Amino acid sequence: MISVQHISKSYRQGKGQVKALDNISFEVLKGELFGLIGPDGAGKTSLFRILTTLLLADQGIATVDDADVVKEYRHIRQRVGYMPGRFSLYQDLSVEENLQFFATIFNTTVAENYEQIKEIYVQLEPFKKRLAGKLSGGMKQKLALCCALVHRPDVLFLDEPTTGVDAVSRIEFWDILKRLKADGITVLVSTPYMEEAAKCDRVALVQGGKILSTGTPDELLKGFGQKIYAAKAASMLALLEALKQNALVKDAYPFGEYHHVILKEDRLDDLVHSLGMPDLEIMETSPDIEDCFISLMSH
Amino acid sequence: MRPIIAFIKKEFHHLLRDRQTLLILLGMPIVQIIIFGFALTNEVKNSRIAVMDLSKDVYSRSLLDQVEASRYFDIEREVNSYSELESAFRKGKIRMALVIPVNFEKDLEHQHRAAIQVIADASDPNVASTLTNYASAIVRDFQSGITDNKILPLTIQTELRMMYNPQLKGAYNFVPGVMAMVLMLVCTLMTAITVVREKERGTMEILLVSPMRPYTIMLAKAIPSLVLSIVNVASILLLSVFVLDVPVNGSLPLLLMESVLFTLTCLAFGLLISASTDSQQTAMFISLTGMFLPTLMLSGFMFPIENMPFPLQMVSNIVPAKWYYQVVKNVMIKGVGLEEVWKETLILGGMMVLLMALAIKKFKIRLA
Repeated sequence: MISVQHISKSYRQGKGQVKALDNISFEVLKGELFGLIGPDGAGKTSLFRILTTLLLADQGIATVDDADVVKEYRHIRQRVGYMPGRFSLYQDLSVEENLQFFATIFNTTVAENYEQIKEIYVQLEPFKKRLAGKLSGGMKQKLALCCALVHRPDVLFLDEPTTGVDAVSRIEFWDILKRLKADGITVLVSTPYMEEAAKCDRVALVQGGKILSTGTPDELLKGFGQKIYAAKAASMLALLEALKQNALVKDAYPFGEYHHVILKEDRLDDLVHSLGMPDLEIMETSPDIEDCFISLMSH
Repeated sequence: MRPIIAFIKKEFHHLLRDRQTLLILLGMPIVQIIIFGFALTNEVKNSRIAVMDLSKDVYSRSLLDQVEASRYFDIEREVNSYSELESAFRKGKIRMALVIPVNFEKDLEHQHRAAIQVIADASDPNVASTLTNYASAIVRDFQSGITDNKILPLTIQTELRMMYNPQLKGAYNFVPGVMAMVLMLVCTLMTAITVVREKERGTMEILLVSPMRPYTIMLAKAIPSLVLSIVNVASILLLSVFVLDVPVNGSLPLLLMESVLFTLTCLAFGLLISASTDSQQTAMFISLTGMFLPTLMLSGFMFPIENMPFPLQMVSNIVPAKWYYQVVKNVMIKGVGLEEVWKETLILGGMMVLLMALAIKKFKIRLA
């Protein structure tokens, strides 16, 4: 459905060049929920703009719905739904007016495609007369999604839809995306939150304009292939220092209320002994996507 | 067709919901007409003057009576010495002074010639020369009054007739000027800003990723400005006819048609600006320097083009407002028809087509 081959893009910045995308390639299959996971500045938005025909890549070929993003941009613009990272609806129009407007410019009506958006729109309906600028963050995202969906697109591009949205709304949002996928819509979504990777069918981890790894969340976790320990002590700072200086430790980094530790050889007892901290609490844990990301990044 | 209509409707929503801006856009012509009509006038009326009558005879009295009676002058004070005169000028209390020397009547009666002195404050040269002209005219009038029954050896009488504007009202000049200025400001600025605002707020991104074509977006953006401009033309014309007593002597439909043509030219310029900039501030700055200042300076409304150095005269030719200003003056004040203004109309039309084509060509189908 989406095919990206060797795409590169640089921006001029002062006299120098900043490489936003560096030889990126991946495929998204029809009906897949594909996640681009990476921190701010990884190049996610540039990639979205190239795929939605808003930017031209310096190198490489990309197709969406079998149409070339450069030559057949008009076809793509009719067939995709795009939700930019920044809230981009008309703040001085009401919920209803925004939705109607976006339906009409795609030559359709809200009534015609009501089924498509019904599930999300019922939550917005009580506020349909309210100006979009006066909605809460979660509501704004839902309205933006409705507007991107109202013309029954084949492919949906969602650029960081959950950034700046509260935890409850984020979970709701992902549930909605699951249902869209069930309707056969291909979804490409980007997010800086590693834990959201698990909700995608497949993900690509992006950093500094490069893809570090692609696969299903399970494949990525299996590929991690190292034992990982969670450590805790009264003084977390002192513990981290001690871990980093220890010769047995390959990598140590803060992770929630623990520090995650990867050893060079599986000699946990030696480590505990050499640290000599009476209040040390350490146990084996299972890696998650963030561990994969950190380990990929350090190589 | 439906997408265009929906888009135009959306534009009107933006316009009508931004009450402050709407008030400025609709109120601006009214305020400008009032300011130009009642405050910023260069007509000379009731100027304060001083007189120094050293003669105090019948002739000098009656001359001063005539001066006093004219609507141009108010005798602020009578003085008896040059030093008093000087200090009145210095304090800015008077703009002109009349000095009638001793033996005014005697000189006239016996030597058939007498002199009076007119002293004007020439720190504003235009006002000074207007005032002295009026004063000389009154003196000439007075002279012909007293020589009525005497035969002078040789006289040539100049008979003046002020065509199209017999009362020499400034309004005949500034109404067309204000029309040009307001239309330009509303159309260029408003159009440029509404397009750039979509870029700034990110909505342009979504509009581009839709089946909408660039020219559709431009058309939809232009129509509300066009409607607003027509409302503004109507309010200016109503004010000028009913408040300032400046009639529309020519054909009203022709005047409106020309206004629409000028509006479209300004719209095209606004669209061109919006296609080349990404922020509202830049758009505003370019509209003001690129359109407002030339309109003010080079349209012939504030400063006569004939008096400008040759290069500036050439530059004034590319200012659309210059041609529109001439058309409005000719149609509205002189009452001429299209046969007299076809050349200006053609030039405006050409500018419109050129600017529109450039704007459509420059409109980006992508973000960068």
